Amino acid sequence: MIHKYKMNGLSIVMDVNGGSVHVVDDVTYDLLDHYEAYRDGQMDEKALHESMSGYEPEEISASLKEVEELEKEGLLYTEDTYPELAAFRNRKPVIKALCLNIAHDCNLKCRYCFAQQGDFGGAKCLMPLSVGKRALEFLVENSGNRRNLEVDFFGGEPLMNFDVVKELVHYGNKLGQERNKNFRFTITTNGVLLDDKKIDFINEHMHNAVLSLDGRKKINDDMRLTMVDTGSYDLIVPKFQRLVEKRGNKTYYIRGTFTRNSLDFSEDVKHFKELGFVHTSMEPVVSADENPYAIREEDLPEILAEYEKLALEYADMKVKGDPFSFFHFIVDLTQGPCVIKRITGCGAGTEYLSITPEGDIYPCHQFVGNEAYKMGNIMEEEVHLPEEMQTYFKNAHVYTKEDCRTCFSKFYCSGGCHANAISFNGDIHKPYKIGCEMQRKRLECAIMIEAKRMIDGAEEDAEETREEVLFL
Amino acid sequence: MKKHIKTLTKSTLKKSVIKGGCGECQTSCAD
Repeated sequence: MIHKYKMNGLSIVMDVNGGSVHVVDDVTYDLLDHYEAYRDGQMDEKALHESMSGYEPEEISASLKEVEELEKEGLLYTEDTYPELAAFRNRKPVIKALCLNIAHDCNLKCRYCFAQQGDFGGAKCLMPLSVGKRALEFLVENSGNRRNLEVDFFGGEPLMNFDVVKELVHYGNKLGQERNKNFRFTITTNGVLLDDKKIDFINEHMHNAVLSLDGRKKINDDMRLTMVDTGSYDLIVPKFQRLVEKRGNKTYYIRGTFTRNSLDFSEDVKHFKELGFVHTSMEPVVSADENPYAIREEDLPEILAEYEKLALEYADMKVKGDPFSFFHFIVDLTQGPCVIKRITGCGAGTEYLSITPEGDIYPCHQFVGNEAYKMGNIMEEEVHLPEEMQTYFKNAHVYTKEDCRTCFSKFYCSGGCHANAISFNGDIHKPYKIGCEMQRKRLECAIMIEAKRMIDGAEEDAEETREEVLFL
Repeated sequence: MKKHIKTLTKSTLKKSVIKGGCGECQTSCAD
């Protein structure tokens, strides 16, 4: 299975099951439309040449020879043999990450919030220290031989319960030393309560900080409102700039959400750059169709064009060595995760769980409040996660999702978001179509950017070297 | 040296099968 497309002056061919990526010329690009029919004997060489009458015969023959060589080398039309891998078939996932909903309360009232202003449709409350401690112990007890453990402080707004966050970080580090585990903490915040003390603690202890801001002031303030219905941009931006300025080289993301009202979201990403932020992300809102800001299928052409517009500008930046990064355009073509990881995806319900302030356990933060997916309570004498539900999530992967099997993006998106599949299609095995379309476009953009960087970046480096030699 | 095709990366998935599945990767919502 191959996927080919043209973007930014490049003709790109992906060997989907092998992971190879090639840049080809026009004759090869067109030849690949007929190659399988020719190879399988449904077309002889004469017919092949006739179907490509715009090219010289010797060009076609030379291109054909190269394609045949690549296939022989296992770099094109690779077979998908991964479902038979023992490491995949016999895998026994252990829990390695928890999302702690440290506060079911919030000091903003963003119009699109899936947590419904922080309380997930329930009572407003904060996680007691006892629940958080028990959750960390549960994680250690159920993590098998896995050494690196992840804990996300989430909400609601976690800074509203920051004393408990601090206590849990210290407790986790102590627990880790005793049990030979390495806790990696992250926090997602709207920034309202940030001050220098909190910033210093976050920068010292949080492996990643996700900072919520939607971009341009007008766009942000249309959706992200304070409790007195004013925009939050002027309050938040200086605090995030302060945090990032003091953060050094540690990971963070300025994370925005775009909606139907901001389909020109590339301008918001560029605004992040103007504000001095380097690590950025912009996610599509996921919301029911009846909401006026929800993204609809009819918006897709505009959204896909916007991703490509951003990608062209971003490619120029990367060729010049600009460190600015956009989360969905980051792809590692030299290795990336192993194929087992790529097949099995996010690990919700099997490797990753979400805990509410009351201690209720859900497959991930997107399921919180949906009683049908409650898996137990962390404070029970003995926690027995429902085996049937864990198996249900474990068996939801790219080979059990029919749409994924034939998708060129399957080893990069790993089957998409389970919660979105259930929410929009009522079936974990039917991916959310709008999300898939965007994912495919982002992957095409990301690979084009890497190709540009590898080809033009190398030329630029060579040019700089030439200039240096001349200068000397 | 191929004239018509420039290969940017070779078969990363097949390589990763050798030691795949160690589980030490981060959740996702080397040597």
